Amino acid sequence: MADTRRIRVEMLARVEGEGALEIDIEDGAVESVRLSIFEPPRLFEAFMRGRAAGEAPDMAARICGICPVAYQMSAVHAIESVFGMQPGPEIRALRRLLYCGEYIESHALHMVMLHAPDFLGYEDGIAMAADHGDLVVRALAAKKAGNALMIAVGGREIHPINVRLGGFYRLPTRAELTALQPALAQARDDSVAILRWASGFTFPDVERDWEMVALRHPTEYPLIEGRIASTSGIDIAADEFETVFEERHVAHSNALQGMVRARGAYLTGPLARYALNYDRLPPHIQALAREAGLGPVCRNPYRSILVRAVETVYFCEEALRIIATYRPPAAAMVPLTPRAGTGAWATEAPRGLLWHRYELDAEGSIVTARIVPPTAQNQPAIEADLLNIATLHVDDDDDTLQLACEAAVRNHDPCISCATHFLKLSVTRR
Amino acid sequence: MPRPRLAVLKFASCDGCQLSLLDCEDELIAVAGAVEIVNFPEASRAVQPGPYDVTLVEGSITTAHDAERIREVRADSGLLVTIGACATAGGIQALRNFGDTDEYVRAVYAHPDYISTLATSTPISDHVKVDFELRGCPISKRQLLELVSALLAGRRPVVPAHSVCVACKLAGRVCVMVAQGTPCLGPVTHTGCNALCPSFHRGCYGCFGPAETTNTASLAAQWEVLGATRRDVHRAFRTFNAAAEPFCREADAHG
Repeated sequence: MADTRRIRVEMLARVEGEGALEIDIEDGAVESVRLSIFEPPRLFEAFMRGRAAGEAPDMAARICGICPVAYQMSAVHAIESVFGMQPGPEIRALRRLLYCGEYIESHALHMVMLHAPDFLGYEDGIAMAADHGDLVVRALAAKKAGNALMIAVGGREIHPINVRLGGFYRLPTRAELTALQPALAQARDDSVAILRWASGFTFPDVERDWEMVALRHPTEYPLIEGRIASTSGIDIAADEFETVFEERHVAHSNALQGMVRARGAYLTGPLARYALNYDRLPPHIQALAREAGLGPVCRNPYRSILVRAVETVYFCEEALRIIATYRPPAAAMVPLTPRAGTGAWATEAPRGLLWHRYELDAEGSIVTARIVPPTAQNQPAIEADLLNIATLHVDDDDDTLQLACEAAVRNHDPCISCATHFLKLSVTRR
Repeated sequence: MPRPRLAVLKFASCDGCQLSLLDCEDELIAVAGAVEIVNFPEASRAVQPGPYDVTLVEGSITTAHDAERIREVRADSGLLVTIGACATAGGIQALRNFGDTDEYVRAVYAHPDYISTLATSTPISDHVKVDFELRGCPISKRQLLELVSALLAGRRPVVPAHSVCVACKLAGRVCVMVAQGTPCLGPVTHTGCNALCPSFHRGCYGCFGPAETTNTASLAAQWEVLGATRRDVHRAFRTFNAAAEPFCREADAHG
């Protein structure tokens, strides 16, 4: 008689959104591993039809309370590309500055409150604070600095109100931004401390062979623009996304999963961004990464905490650089020039590539919208990781195996709220 | 006296309102000391079963499973407080209530038969008794802390129900509608944001939902004087609190 073990984690903790895990083991071998996403579908792409293009940034933001700026940035750039609007370099710098705030906030939260407890054996960041209070306080301070930046540029930290097509409603004053410098400088130092602290963790010796996909920009570490590139040689413009990538139906699965048409699963997010853009980091930040034990490419998902820390240091410095040179432009926005057409754009959300496409009519109303969030793209790669980890831990007791699998998911900081239209129902595969 | 047991649970939503609790960077550790956070899956894998003294509920009801789950949550909870526009008004996903949900599902998913969802997105109060509601998309962190403090002190939270207009006047701001001719939902929108959008030279877009008493028809007429089309008015009332009665009615009147 077959010895069957089934482990179910009904509610995956310390991720954004609702997901569950199911692992089936038969005769000592992992038969299947499933990451089910039971977050209810909210149908954004359907109800955005018929809305004004100018409403898209505020509506799309509501897909995710953790990375609303990413949704606003992909939306405004996709639509501006149709309308032929070109906000100047000052607006562009302010958008990059706002995005820096989101990265600092999101990464600080994930590194210390959500991810680090897995390495140190705590249930959560608050329990961890009893023994690692200094690091938790540093992370919360860095997170607050990121939020303060989002408040100054965007009006508030969750669903910012100041972003619009063509620019902003109101430009921040120099004084409002320079007031943030001390907290950002401190956040930069705190991020270095977090990087050094985390570099002392014990990391499982895992190397994954994913194809990694991220934006690549001629001069910058990418945020709001660039070509879509991969470690296997993809190099395309955002509007070619659908020719190279697809959402595939897998047998016995209800998931629409992001795939490279020619090859299969791929990974987007910090590891991909870092691997494809290491040469865009300033030398002293590369040195910090090396000091923490990172090479120019990192294929160990557990070490993503180090990559997030390196990125946080970089985005604190980038924010300080933009603030130091900021001069408010003459106008807060360029005028809207609605016209019919279709436009696609990708930006780098903290969790990876976020692709939007809008088809607009001559009045500037949305005819169709398509949004491909990073967690949906990563789901096949995360499942592949899970299978790998579950196989390594198959002889462990259920609790150990469960924790190892949960950690394997949290490595990727999945945002399940964003990914719901890649809903996967729990189907027994026997 | 034992610390109150707190749960923070989620239904259909973006996670932003529960993130507001984690965004209380200066107060988080103190809050975690004053209450016992026993079920907060977004923050901790240590989940204890009920009963809970206080449950904060984010999100709306959009599936049969969730309609059942909220009844269990209610039974497990002393006080049940909804946080945010989804939980109090159905949220942006309630836009399906005015369309054909089956068609919406077909538009988004290649295999609509795999998707199990209700035709409507409804607030928690349509399903169970709610003891207190915090408005906003997202909620105000300040109001959340006031709620927690009030619960700990055993008093009613001080959360005014007047309009954004009143908050704007109290803050001494110049009216964007009168001075700049910018259409603004401030006169009919529930306060809580400290009149944020007008302070950014933007008209209020109603993310806190209707104020206690509203005259949406009068405001809509003034919008049209300022040059807004009927479609503009319809869209303005049909966003994050579309299913809230006064906004729903005014959008219908300009359909």
